[in-house]
Amino acid sequence: MQLFELITAQNVAGAVKEQAASPTAQQGASVRFIAGGTNLVDCMKLNVETPRRLVDINGLPLDTIEKLPDGSVKIGALARNSDVAQSDLIRTQFPVLSQAILSGATGQLRNMASTAGNLLQKTRCVYYRDRAYACNKRAPGSGCSAIGGYNRNLAILGTSEHCIASNPSDQNVALMALDATIHISGVNGQRSVPIAAFYLLPGSTPEKETVLLPGDLITHVTVPALPSGSKSLYVKLRDRASYEFALASTAVVLKTRQGKIEHVRVALGGVGAIPWRSHEAERALVGHAPNAENFRKAAEAALKQARPQSQNAFKVELAKRCIVHTLTQAAQLA
Amino acid sequence: MEQDSNAQTATPSKVIGVATQRIDAPLKTTGTAVYTSDHHLPGMVYAWPVTATISRGTILSVDASEAQSMPGVLAVYTHKNIGPLYRTPPTVGFSMRQQEHRPPLENLEVYYYGQYVAVAVAQTMEQARAAAEAIKVTYQPETPNVATKLLGTPLTTPGMHPGSHRGDAAAAFAQAPVKHDAVYSSPAETHNPIELHATVADYRDGKYTLYETSQAVVNHRDVMAAVLGVPPGNVRVITRFLGSGFGGKLWPWPHSALAAACSHNLQRPVKLVISRSMMFESVGHRPAIEQQIQLGAETNGKLTAIVQNYVNHTSMIDDYAEGCGEATPLLYSCANLKITSGLARRNVGTPTAMRGPGAVPGLWALESAMDELAWQLKMDPVQLRLLNEPAVDESNGKPFSSRHLKECLTVGAEKFGWSQRKPAIGSMKNAQGATLGWGVAACSWGAMRSDAETMVELLANGRARVTCGTQDIGGGTYTIFAQLVSHETGLPLNKIDVALGDTKLPPGPVSGGSWTTATVIPAVLQATQNAVRSLLMLAASSPDGYFAGSHAADMEMSDGFVQPKGQPAKRVAFGEILGRANVKAVFGNAKSEGTLGRETKYSFHSFGAHFVEITWQPEIARLRVSRVVTVIDAGRMINPRPARNQIEGAIVMGVGMAMLEDTQYDPRSGAPINANLADYLLPVNADCPKIDVTFLDYPDYHLDALGARGVGEIGLAGVAPAIAGAVYHATGIRVRSLPIRIEDLLAAPQTASA
Ligand SMILES: Cc1cc2nc3c(=O)[nH]c(=O)nc-3n(C[C@H](O)[C@H](O)[C@H](O)COP(=O)(O)OP(=O)(O)OC[C@H]3O[C@@H](n4cnc5c(N)ncnc54)[C@H](O)[C@@H]3O)c2cc1C
Ligand code: SF4
Repeated sequence: MQLFELITAQNVAGAVKEQAASPTAQQGASVRFIAGGTNLVDCMKLNVETPRRLVDINGLPLDTIEKLPDGSVKIGALARNSDVAQSDLIRTQFPVLSQAILSGATGQLRNMASTAGNLLQKTRCVYYRDRAYACNKRAPGSGCSAIGGYNRNLAILGTSEHCIASNPSDQNVALMALDATIHISGVNGQRSVPIAAFYLLPGSTPEKETVLLPGDLITHVTVPALPSGSKSLYVKLRDRASYEFALASTAVVLKTRQGKIEHVRVALGGVGAIPWRSHEAERALVGHAPNAENFRKAAEAALKQARPQSQNAFKVELAKRCIVHTLTQAAQLA
Repeated sequence: MEQDSNAQTATPSKVIGVATQRIDAPLKTTGTAVYTSDHHLPGMVYAWPVTATISRGTILSVDASEAQSMPGVLAVYTHKNIGPLYRTPPTVGFSMRQQEHRPPLENLEVYYYGQYVAVAVAQTMEQARAAAEAIKVTYQPETPNVATKLLGTPLTTPGMHPGSHRGDAAAAFAQAPVKHDAVYSSPAETHNPIELHATVADYRDGKYTLYETSQAVVNHRDVMAAVLGVPPGNVRVITRFLGSGFGGKLWPWPHSALAAACSHNLQRPVKLVISRSMMFESVGHRPAIEQQIQLGAETNGKLTAIVQNYVNHTSMIDDYAEGCGEATPLLYSCANLKITSGLARRNVGTPTAMRGPGAVPGLWALESAMDELAWQLKMDPVQLRLLNEPAVDESNGKPFSSRHLKECLTVGAEKFGWSQRKPAIGSMKNAQGATLGWGVAACSWGAMRSDAETMVELLANGRARVTCGTQDIGGGTYTIFAQLVSHETGLPLNKIDVALGDTKLPPGPVSGGSWTTATVIPAVLQATQNAVRSLLMLAASSPDGYFAGSHAADMEMSDGFVQPKGQPAKRVAFGEILGRANVKAVFGNAKSEGTLGRETKYSFHSFGAHFVEITWQPEIARLRVSRVVTVIDAGRMINPRPARNQIEGAIVMGVGMAMLEDTQYDPRSGAPINANLADYLLPVNADCPKIDVTFLDYPDYHLDALGARGVGEIGLAGVAPAIAGAVYHATGIRVRSLPIRIEDLLAAPQTASA
């Protein structure tokens, strides 16, 4: 670990100003916000992130979970994963989010982990986490060791020849299915980015993971009310029963009317370079009957573009089963 | 009752066979037990090794210029300045055991990823680590070989080594009306006790005190004396408590020599705790193994041929042979048997014993093959095993001291409800509609005793003290010692102090092979009896004592008191006798010879059977082990409570072996690439099945006076093949390569036949 300086942010504007001193808000930033620290400190111990300055934002008043007049729910950037998952508002309005969070990590980690920190957690690619290896995400231009290496847990959708890393989060998959919006304070004031536009595909610049610019502080996330009568569900598949990142997961929001699917969101975890919203699956479902055949068609459509690697071809079939199963279960709720 | 050449009922005792809380439990639960890395000595500094980032090649340069000027840094050692570290000489018998014989930093060659190439020492651990990270090493790399294909690849010595054999296995297999022939593989598995390996080395005045994470302090002392080039009397090794080892801490690893050399060079105590990733590199692992099993049988299921050919990987610099043929020659009756084996070199760290070495992977193959044979014969797998029960150990013709495998199978079947089994694949469902699979496997593990010495003192303060240079690795050895002394003296456990884990004490056995308990029984009982005899002599001989004028032979010790035989009304607390005689303590010493390496009349083995239920949800490819019933025949349980813990823990470990554990070597760098506890999967609480353990508890008096054998390892043997059998029963997919993974099972039908 490199030596670093730890300072405490007094207010949002001060925090923004501190981080804006870094040439980037992406990989390798020289100033970092620290929230729960469960991901950042991990990466610092591995010398994968080497900030010179940490700005502790835990004292900022950004930890509330509240209902807004328009029916949406505002989740503070510092609201802990445990608090979000256990909140009555979330459990009743957005069960998929509560389920997704509770399927991740452990109780101790969720008590520390924050909503914004989770949005920004790094890939679990073992080569990213070890400086002995070439990795375009950590050291742009050095190459990708995961291609042809240990890639069982990596992505099959949205990858590039420069990076095949998966976004490991469960929370973010649910937020994708919920059409969340991310609210940011930056050097030029406030702005809002729909989650669908927040993450960047790796392309030839896998070190750039989000649209965040120097100084950008996530202040909160809003989740719009679901169309009335919608049901939502999260299913996560993995080798062991707990404490493992998803090999494949599915977040579904589903509303049916008169035997037809009226509103649907399908988002996938464990398989995408970013939390993966499957427009293909949704298109295959809207207006159709919620039955096994259509669910299978949607699953086929969702994985049509899949590009499996040497060790993760099984994820194509696993993800399909996950989609079918989640849709089936969600339809039974409806 | 089955074969039992010494069937007797157990001698009654107030403490032996009574479920007893560990006497060290309060220390552990309050955090006051001092583990190795908890030692903080005055003036102590910290060492952090630099590890190779290639797995084959030569070091070209080590640039420590930046590191040397970093804050707190005291020294950087490489092959140039670490000082002399010697190789151990060959020895006769079971002594000076070491797995990796090359001393650290011996030369510029790199044989495996993670090999130590330098070490930084600094005032704090963080400073040492930062310095180690700042040391720049350049290499001339060569292409490593970490291939997992083993059978049919070049071996260390050409041709397979012959092992146990009888009859003509090849001919019998060729003629057998029913044949099964398959290859079973198991990956490198890494020991992952929560306590990391650590050494706190304190060199002063020509002598070393080494606080170690060791399962064998005496052996560790002897090896380190040779490596450091000093007489054994100049090395003291201490392991008071161990956060488990699973065999990985049996023999010394190179970090111990590094720490000792640093302490010697700097003349200060040095602490070196290795990291989790180093645990995967330089402190051993269970090797990757491929085994071909051929079974020949009559159509009625009677075995006619057993052939086992296996190869395990070893490192470039040491020959580690995994004895996979350990249980094969004696588990079943079969006139024709042949076992051969070989070693294949890979650019990996040197492998070592992991819980149940040999038998555990060996039985993975043999018991999987037996299950497959049963399917082929359309026979109940329990019946197939019962049918092939031998009358004697056919590998040497000796009678078994005590063998109750049949009862393990029948009792287990009864408890599990095996008679409800529907053999058709995928035909059993639970209440939620998930598919169930049932599987069974037998297990076996050798029983033996090694040599031990102990001392027992009875003190004027009314307490007893027993000492031995063995160690408690978490299994409950402290408590066993106290129970043994209590058994002979009648003193309550809370009046008995036990000191272990120090080479200053009388030399004791390694904590391995599941033989510690059986090994120490004769020595502790004898030492206690000797101490009691001394006490009675004192009582009788003290001129103004309580029993002046009596004869020692007419007195006894009972419930901690001394009394004329059978006259408790006249009893006197033993401490008062010592007090009045002005004697601080009476002693008893004893030394017992083991069976290890010596000719025995009997074949000593433990046996068991596992019955496993798995739950399979094909629609999401979810496999979980839901229920395990295990019956163990391992002699008499001295302390059934930790004994049960051993079996339960082993079953959970078996779930990991069957479905999760797999050290993956990156084919290009040769690194164990999943070297952390997020990527190297072990079962977590949510993976633990419902476990029901039964001990048959037949004492084996041929082994020791209390009839104990040992339970540390046997519980792991057989779990993986039972799970694989259950998976086949549920899915129709036979997995012969561990671990059984989601990707192996996706081909199973999604709508199972009802
Ligand atoms: C062993 C382990 C297992 C895990 N398993 C899972 C799992 O199964 N599923 C899963 O989804 N997750 C899992 N996680 C990841 C966990 O969810 C994340 O570590 C956690 O959510 C990160 O939150 P944090 O608050 O600790 O972030 P930090 O570590 O504090 O920060 C992470 C990043 O976010 C930035 N950041 C934080 N707050 C802000 C803000 N307000 N504005 C801008 N930038 C900000 C930081 O600068 C940093 O770059 C696991 C983690 C561990 C260690
Ligand atoms: S997959 Fe991405 S993160 Fe992993 S090594 Fe390749 S570039 Fe780095």
